[in-house]
Amino acid sequence: MDFTLKIWRQENAKAKGRFETYHVTNISPDCSFLEMLDQLNEQLIQQKQMPICFDHDCREGICGMCSLYINGRPHGNDTGVTTCQLHMRRFKDGETIWIEPWRAKAFPVIRDLVVDRSAFDKIIQAGGYISVSTGGVPDANAIPIPKEKAELAMDAAQCIGCGACVAACKNASAMLFVAAKVSHLALLPQGQVEAKRRVKAMVAKMDELGFGNCTNTGACEAECPKEIKITNIARMNREFYKASLT
Amino acid sequence: MAKFFNSSIGKKLMMALMGLFLAVFLVVHLSINLLVLKNDGGESYQKAVEFMTSNVLIKIMEVFLFGSFALHIIYGIILQIQNWLARPVRYVKTNHSQTSFFSKYMIHTGLIIFIFLIIHFMNFYFVKLGWVAIPEGATHRHDFYNMVINLFKNPFYSWLYIIFMVLMGFHLHHAIQSAFQTMGWNHPIYTPIVKFIGVAYAILIPLGFAFIPFYVLYFF
Repeated sequence: MDFTLKIWRQENAKAKGRFETYHVTNISPDCSFLEMLDQLNEQLIQQKQMPICFDHDCREGICGMCSLYINGRPHGNDTGVTTCQLHMRRFKDGETIWIEPWRAKAFPVIRDLVVDRSAFDKIIQAGGYISVSTGGVPDANAIPIPKEKAELAMDAAQCIGCGACVAACKNASAMLFVAAKVSHLALLPQGQVEAKRRVKAMVAKMDELGFGNCTNTGACEAECPKEIKITNIARMNREFYKASLT
Repeated sequence: MAKFFNSSIGKKLMMALMGLFLAVFLVVHLSINLLVLKNDGGESYQKAVEFMTSNVLIKIMEVFLFGSFALHIIYGIILQIQNWLARPVRYVKTNHSQTSFFSKYMIHTGLIIFIFLIIHFMNFYFVKLGWVAIPEGATHRHDFYNMVINLFKNPFYSWLYIIFMVLMGFHLHHAIQSAFQTMGWNHPIYTPIVKFIGVAYAILIPLGFAFIPFYVLYFF
């Protein structure tokens, strides 16, 4: 398959970026989107040009490193997948593909398609954890948890912190990410002790970092590679009211 | 508490509560408006108007109502500006994510409703207060019946009014379910019901309002 690629190039955080056009040929339909970019980079290196910078790590959809806003959708035109799980057979032969970095004030571009997502780390540091004294591994069944609660907590815990929710949201809001983290811990007995402090601290940090406000548009839910539901946002709102008003 | 109302979720809760209060007000407003259609020369309508303009409880509610409008608008603008600032560099390719369509245009439909509100006040509320001269055909400042009929006899005004109502419907379409989601009321059984009621409300209320000029124009 052959493609024309319009890729955002930007030397550093301060530089003015621009779109550059590249052509790739002989791409296997079974190759992943990142492998296609690898081939383009090989080509660029051979031509003694600077390869394109993009984030990636595990390449099996669990690390949350790969990003890319492809043809107007985070992680491209497929549902429930990260960019490394997106295959070129999802595109038409000869298609022009636009590749942009995540766009948000809280996610500044570092270089080309790489953005700084440490804002998410700061939100987690504000309260997305439980404080425990380290020691021996506790027995798995020492704290009984109802099956339904465990399932909901696991669904929320699937969040890999990739930032697709922020990228998709018209307001660049991080509500789905924060809601997933708050829900994950709020549903489990271990998370109860710090529940009130946690939700207040995480929401305050999210606001402080310049993410937008949720307008319940649902774009985050539609684009989340782990299909986290906005019911988690409602749960976070409840937790926030409980913590702030009682 | 101040921290709560300055947080993004706190501001959104205010938007939701004020919005729901306004939604309830619309039902009251519509039920009075529909009395115009009663074939009694506007007697029952004028009675209702009289009650609404003189009752003490209604007067108190009026303060809440204006407060709600003001807060809903002010918070809406603050939130929207923050949302625009949250993405200083826009995407070149427009977003193709699956979203609820009307939710993307709340600020625009909101602005249109605000423009309508100004026209509406110029035509009725300010006349009642004596800030605007009594229009031709009306006998006194509270003669809303003749004001309504005269305005709706004008096809341009009536059709503009109907268009405004359609656009208000767009605003309401997202409003109800969004307010419930913001309040944290998301439930596997009740949310579909809330969504259904929200859509039904967004269709029926503007339809009710729009029916009056349509009727006055063509069947009165």
